[in-house]
Amino acid sequence: MAEKEKLDRQTMALRVAKEFQDGDVVNLGLGIPVLASNFVPAGREVMFHTENGALGFGEITLPGEGDLDLTNASGQTVHPQPGMSFFGQAESLAMMRGGHIDVSVVGAFQVSEKGDLANWATPEKQLTIGGAMDLAEGAKRLIVAMNHITKESHCRVVKECTYPLTALECVDLIVTDIAVIEVTNQGLVLKEVAPGWSPEEVQSLTEPVLTIDTNCQEMTLM
Amino acid sequence: MPINKIVGSFDEAVADIFDGATVMVGGFATAASCPSLLLEALARKGVKNLTTISNIGGFGPDIWAIQGYKFTEDIDILMRSGLVKKAVVSAPSSIMLENSLERQIRAGEVEVEKVPLGTLTERIRSAKAGVGAFYVPVGAGTMVQEGKETRIIDGRVHLLEYAIKADFALIKAHKADRWGNLVYRKATRTVNETMAGAAKVTIAEVDEIVELGELDPETIVTPGVYVDRVINRPRNAAKSNAQGEKEIDSRFTESHQKFMETWKGRPKKAG
Repeated sequence: MAEKEKLDRQTMALRVAKEFQDGDVVNLGLGIPVLASNFVPAGREVMFHTENGALGFGEITLPGEGDLDLTNASGQTVHPQPGMSFFGQAESLAMMRGGHIDVSVVGAFQVSEKGDLANWATPEKQLTIGGAMDLAEGAKRLIVAMNHITKESHCRVVKECTYPLTALECVDLIVTDIAVIEVTNQGLVLKEVAPGWSPEEVQSLTEPVLTIDTNCQEMTLM
Repeated sequence: MPINKIVGSFDEAVADIFDGATVMVGGFATAASCPSLLLEALARKGVKNLTTISNIGGFGPDIWAIQGYKFTEDIDILMRSGLVKKAVVSAPSSIMLENSLERQIRAGEVEVEKVPLGTLTERIRSAKAGVGAFYVPVGAGTMVQEGKETRIIDGRVHLLEYAIKADFALIKAHKADRWGNLVYRKATRTVNETMAGAAKVTIAEVDEIVELGELDPETIVTPGVYVDRVINRPRNAAKSNAQGEKEIDSRFTESHQKFMETWKGRPKKAG
């Protein structure tokens, strides 16, 4: 069977950004999530938050063009903008843990059908906890952006996480390169499929049973 | 006698840091927020068996040099100099490159305690504020919970986390006066502000020392009470010597290559 086309990283980021609502305070993790900062839907005003202690900054600058004292948590320089504020890390993490961040987007290795998140370590290698556990615990809405399966074709949307956990029952929405899946009390609900993909094909690459939403449709980006 | 916390040299600033000391080191994911010259002085002194408390395990100077940072050392200099026996850290390793700490953990040379970033920050803040311990839900049901006392608060499992104290805190700020009042620049406050006052001795490396009264009292971020020593960075220091970009690239992991590609490949803002 020929490999079907999946969404690339920029397109996934574009789909993620559609979730940002007017007035949201948004924290974006390393990788695909941080790309979403450049795709805020027209007409919506959001405030970006970063762990190192800034709120309300603008887009990522081109390399070499920014102020090296004004970076996001990934170390990328960002544009200043009116309304922006700076603070220390205790304040910054209080915002995260204390439920003041509306939307957080993170990468993941695995998400379970109950919304458990595994995104800081693999069975072979412990990486970096960083702010992942604080965000998973404290963000009002947690969106995962990840590839649907691993390079070795293993499911990432699983019944139970086998990788070390970041937090239990914390994920609200999963955006992958082939689908958009909502985590509900009744299990996982397939809301959207990538162009050219059927719900059955998505199910075949997903370990838990998906409920196919009656309005399940092809992903749109605008 | 007038209060004067300004010291004359970086070596003098770290002169009493002893073998086996617990040292907090400020800084986040870039060199801009790191006390680079204090770290160089501590490495020169060659103290042994340090316990470090920090956000990151360090990246080393090369990656910062190619990005244009003038002062490029981070906590990696303590790791690669073999001065550390235990690291209490939130982000020990990096997807950007394999750092010294990661190699040392793998070789069993350094003990590591991994802490969620917010919990680490609050443990440091507690030491500064005289709080012995606190309950937090972060880490419940994960490896972080292992061996910890728990309590159900508002229906959720919380973990008991203790304050983390240190002998010395090495921090970076932008401006200081002789009373030790500090202000920071843009997004570089990070954990520097939190660590000020969390150790028996807090030493601040700054870009500029100004006259008493020049800092607006309304905007002082760290009051001088938390700071014991202030040391000024040299004004006209040459940039740290960057190695060739090609050589450095070969050390980066595939993940970092991907990271840099997405950064470089981002679309320009329309209009």
